[in-house]
Amino acid sequence: MAIAIFLTFVAAVLGLSFYFAAKTKSASGYFAAGGQIHWAVNGIAFAGDYLSAASFLGICGMIATSGYDGFLYSIGYLAGWIVALFVVAEPMKRLGKYTFTDALDAKFNSRGIKLAAAISTLVVSVFYLIPQMVGAGVLVEPLLGIPHYAGVIMVGAIVITIVATAGMTSTTYVQFIKGAMLVVFSFVVCVAVLYRGLSTEPDQGGRVPFYKYATLEAKEAKGALVVKDYKVLASVPAKAETYVKLEKGGVETWWLRSDRDGKIALKETQYEVKKADGSKLVNGLPATKENILRQNGGLEAIKGKTGPEAATGKVGPFEFLSILSDPETKINTWKIVKLSDGEDKVTVYAPSIKPGNKMMRPGLKFKVEGTPIQKLDFLSLMLALFLGTAALPHILIRYYTVPSAACARKSTIVAIAAIGFFYVLTMYMGLGAVVNAALNPVTDNMSAPLLARTFGTFLFAVISAIAFATVLGTVSGLIIAASGAVAHDLMDRYMQLGHTEKQKVRAGKIAAFVVGIIAIMLGILFQGMNVSFLVGLAFAVAASANLPAIIMILFWKKTTAKGIAASIVTGMVSAIGIIMFSPSMYDKFGLDPLTAPVPLDNPGIFSIPLSFLVLVVVSLLTQKKEEKAAA
Amino acid sequence: MLHEPASQCGPDASAEYKQNIGVWMFLLYAVVYAIFVAINLLRPLWMEKTVFMGLNLAMVYGFGLIVFALVEALIYNHMCRTHEADNKAAPEAK
Repeated sequence: MAIAIFLTFVAAVLGLSFYFAAKTKSASGYFAAGGQIHWAVNGIAFAGDYLSAASFLGICGMIATSGYDGFLYSIGYLAGWIVALFVVAEPMKRLGKYTFTDALDAKFNSRGIKLAAAISTLVVSVFYLIPQMVGAGVLVEPLLGIPHYAGVIMVGAIVITIVATAGMTSTTYVQFIKGAMLVVFSFVVCVAVLYRGLSTEPDQGGRVPFYKYATLEAKEAKGALVVKDYKVLASVPAKAETYVKLEKGGVETWWLRSDRDGKIALKETQYEVKKADGSKLVNGLPATKENILRQNGGLEAIKGKTGPEAATGKVGPFEFLSILSDPETKINTWKIVKLSDGEDKVTVYAPSIKPGNKMMRPGLKFKVEGTPIQKLDFLSLMLALFLGTAALPHILIRYYTVPSAACARKSTIVAIAAIGFFYVLTMYMGLGAVVNAALNPVTDNMSAPLLARTFGTFLFAVISAIAFATVLGTVSGLIIAASGAVAHDLMDRYMQLGHTEKQKVRAGKIAAFVVGIIAIMLGILFQGMNVSFLVGLAFAVAASANLPAIIMILFWKKTTAKGIAASIVTGMVSAIGIIMFSPSMYDKFGLDPLTAPVPLDNPGIFSIPLSFLVLVVVSLLTQKKEEKAAA
Repeated sequence: MLHEPASQCGPDASAEYKQNIGVWMFLLYAVVYAIFVAINLLRPLWMEKTVFMGLNLAMVYGFGLIVFALVEALIYNHMCRTHEADNKAAPEAK
């Protein structure tokens, strides 16, 4: 059924695309839907554009594994819309034509601005595209049982078809339908979570038997560890803890050692072993379609109670959060540890129990109680989230699809209502996934669809189809933005090729095809990379490169064309530069993160002010030249 | 090629008024957001204190920021609409 619903959804999207293809002939129709979209439709389409794989898959997953820290993304992403509404919406609509470059360049007609803004649009769009494509692969893999690369190619092909046929009109209606369905069905899932309530023995509504992880007692005799009925094969220290390999009945298992009050306990873990001969074991047995890692999560205690008497039955929305915030509520999460056992590579998923009060406040992921550098990193992230939204090209182009500045304002308000409501739901979906033990230990990106599956195949199929459409819609919007940057900003306005309307649309479609192919390749290349990581990068680059230019052109009369171009280039280069030399990227390159030259992962705190500063200095230095030139 | 918007907007007599109140409302939200970030950084333990209906400060402030954004947006829209209507009515009265 999941496949049938999924295919129906994709067919409907393509049908809509072909229908609008027949109607789209002009450049205005292709890039800006003719400027005739109703503000309410555009508002929900904004939500569709904005609630990308990072929001639906990434945030829910992060809340499931890191609690409140994941919700900080929701807060920051939503706050960004305040900048969009109060500062950017109406002026952008009045200044622009098809792209955000138009708005920046409206006053100056400068080749420098066209080039810098078009490149910035391309760079931000491509960075934003990568996690969407990776998310698509992650999603399609379990749904259709096809490999990651095939999933990425499939998404790419569908999106190219959508974009290359009808452009912004079909993209808008796809986003509208998807945005509305996403909010409605997420609400249904949340109601179901509250209706089911909380239990320390979650069985996913009777679908998956509750699995109780074992704890063994161990003793030390003559310096060696002894465990009744088991043979101790190895003790491997890792990250200030010790993992013990036991054997019983020919099956080897890995356990986390815990020393407390003079007693030694061994806690059961899940694990994967890659043998030197290439074979793979899961929890001691050969990996097969049936023998896969169990879903993780669950509650160890609810307000200090365990067992059947701890079950709450249905709970209210505040009560749900209140119970989970209690220090006596214990939430099962896990940590991933990589070990070497001779020639075998072992990945252990070890239990890590978090008290509710810690789970429900910042600190698990973002070290707000850590070193000054860690605090600065958090501050930098919150700044980039706040300022990044109003500088995202695929969001900005949506202001040109409505007929008036007032409609741009009203559609932004609809977007804030829909997105804000959805972000409240992310808290319940993320926590719902962990309390129902519906988490894939390898990747948290599937938390929301897996939570839906605990309520039956239908909801899983619908949520998966929506998640897939989420990726389709966002990728379509990004490719439109990127193709607009190439066909309109670079080819038409920067190179002044003098294309006719028809040629511009054709150039846009070819650009969409090329960008789509690039996105497919990057999506395959970055398999396994955290979805939210690259989105954070895109926000930081957008906030650094684009926002200072947008703000200053609106509020500072001395802004010059050279100042804008210099600011865009500085913001883009400094943000990307800082990220490339950050601990996270060093880790991804396989280098020691501690040796990274830049101690921050989030560049915004430096790159955004730097971009503003460069704009002011260069504008002041180029005042006279431009005045003379104007004279 | 003319460089005009995808759809013609026409002159907007309320543009300056809307820009002014937009900036003030943005600054108000930015201050509330900055206080939230500052509490997280300087007094993170405050965030786990129960403050309303069994919810801790982190939840109340977090949800509050989302609701506050919508409330501000609706107030802003109301003020803009009123001003735009007044501006339209004024020439007709003459």
